[in-house]
Amino acid sequence: MTTVLHQLTTGLIRSMEKDNSVYLIGEDILDPYGGAFKVTKGLSGRFPERVWTTPISEASIVGLAIGMAMRGLRPVVEIMFGDFLTLTMDQIINHASKFRWVYNNQVKVPMVVRTPMGGHRGYGPTHSQCLEKLFLGIPGLRVVAANTVGDPGLLLENAIFDDDPVLFIEHKLLYPCQLVEPGKAEFQDWNIEKIGDMYPTYWININNKSKVTIATYGYNFELVRQAAHELLIEEEIYSDIYLFSQLNPTSLSVMSESLRKTKKLVTVEEGTVTMGWGSEVAARVSESDQKNLKIIRIGAKDYPIANSRILEDQILPSKNEIKMTIKKMVGL
Amino acid sequence: MSTDLELFKKMLLIRKFEERLLNEFSSGKLVGTTHAYIGQEANAVGILDNLDKEDIIFSNHRCHGHFLAYGGDPYLLAAEIMGKPTGLVGGRGGSQHIQWRNFYSNGIQGGIVPIGVGMAFAEKQLRSDRIVVVFMGDGTLGQGIVYESFNFASLWKIPVLFVIENNLYAQTTPIEKSLAGRINDRVKAFGIHVWECNTTDVLEIREESSRAVNYVRAIKQPACLILNTYRFSAHSKGDEFRDPAEISRYMELDPIPLQKKKLNEVEATQAELEIISIVNIAFNRAESDLPTDNSKLTPILL
Repeated sequence: MTTVLHQLTTGLIRSMEKDNSVYLIGEDILDPYGGAFKVTKGLSGRFPERVWTTPISEASIVGLAIGMAMRGLRPVVEIMFGDFLTLTMDQIINHASKFRWVYNNQVKVPMVVRTPMGGHRGYGPTHSQCLEKLFLGIPGLRVVAANTVGDPGLLLENAIFDDDPVLFIEHKLLYPCQLVEPGKAEFQDWNIEKIGDMYPTYWININNKSKVTIATYGYNFELVRQAAHELLIEEEIYSDIYLFSQLNPTSLSVMSESLRKTKKLVTVEEGTVTMGWGSEVAARVSESDQKNLKIIRIGAKDYPIANSRILEDQILPSKNEIKMTIKKMVGL
Repeated sequence: MSTDLELFKKMLLIRKFEERLLNEFSSGKLVGTTHAYIGQEANAVGILDNLDKEDIIFSNHRCHGHFLAYGGDPYLLAAEIMGKPTGLVGGRGGSQHIQWRNFYSNGIQGGIVPIGVGMAFAEKQLRSDRIVVVFMGDGTLGQGIVYESFNFASLWKIPVLFVIENNLYAQTTPIEKSLAGRINDRVKAFGIHVWECNTTDVLEIREESSRAVNYVRAIKQPACLILNTYRFSAHSKGDEFRDPAEISRYMELDPIPLQKKKLNEVEATQAELEIISIVNIAFNRAESDLPTDNSKLTPILL
């Protein structure tokens, strides 16, 4: 049994051992502290020349990494809280993601920006958001989210050895989570099919009797799988779950067959629901040749994330909300 | 090191290229936008004469002069601005977004500064002798990321030369309405060594900038070169709001006639004919190139 945190750290170590051009830069990442969420713990001791702690300068940290990447290194930036990504937007949108294509493929920008997102921890309005939706739809920027099904360390390693910039999202609640072991616990009867190689989508179901298709990513898969398990036990509702590792560019063709059968799609994310990832998924599915689909998006309500846990719980999506939504959809 | 004649020709190439370009825009043959370097030619030519072939330049929206002083081909630049597939970056970047060898430019003011610092950091880590020169203007100093970058460069001892071409205007806004205090005080506050020039004489600029370039290369630390300058052309194309008397006053210090005085008349005249011909050939050749085939748009990422 291993945790997401352990796998991420292991993925960084493997990458740095494999290639001397891999560098880590970010705020407070040196030992003994090892980063606000401990992903870089032990790394500065092991690779002192290649782990650099920085001033609180998110925009220029990313700028620095872009320059390093364009001159032969593979920098990995840690942004301490995903909320602070807003400070890096100009660097990501107007520099990192544009250079390769605008310079006619004459340069490469192999850079990763890793960052923890997400709430449920009572950190309040500026340390709890899932802002990755603001970085979707940017041409040239790959957005990837870790989850408990694949090895998140391998996912990170693939991002590090990608020749294009990758924004790598780690939901805070994932760090202590155990990786899913097929055939164990509530996954005893579930099939897990991996589709794709570098940034796979996982198709998770029990049989071909599914009544609903669920699309999700990252930590929200933990809520989805609990909801799906309980719906199965309590109501005998079977689900097809699609767990995406790559959010941008978007490719949804993997869900076609399932949607043709279920005619029902629920998207689950933790960012605010308006103009979110689910909105794009819904729009694309609607534009496809699928007919008579019912689609519902689940996400955070359109509020800042309150500090009070009671309010926070009302604002963020929950297992119960997913269950209620699906029950209503199938007519229960 | 270039001769007096070569320096003159390089400056004249920039001047004639930009004049031709502005004509093409006025006559409607070119669309979009451009930022001419007319009046500031001695800066680029003076500094770049000190650089090694392998050094790295990161330039900004006003990049044509820097590119031509770097040794860039005027035909490739003209084709790029015309959006031709034969251009520097296949017509994707245009006037402000070009890349060739170790030359880069982008259209966001302060955004290029940390990238230049990151490039120089990479070169240092890779044990190369290259230095990076980042060009910015007085207007760029309004953006906070510039100071984050100064801090990084000084803190991590990064071999980067920040060149600030202070032409006294951020687009149309005069410096007294945009800049508090003194520029060199801002830079010095980060422990960065500053050199400053108040001249349009390319030889003087070359000499002063050689000190800054040699310092950065020798001790692998950042430096800053402030060039007090003036552009004769408008910021972009038609946005001229400065006092004509002020412009005329600065035009008396035009770096090109100043350099011409150091040459004999025959070689100067010959050089002028040669440069005019180079610019004409560059534009005519670029103009005759076929346009981009827009059916070739393939996905950027999968």
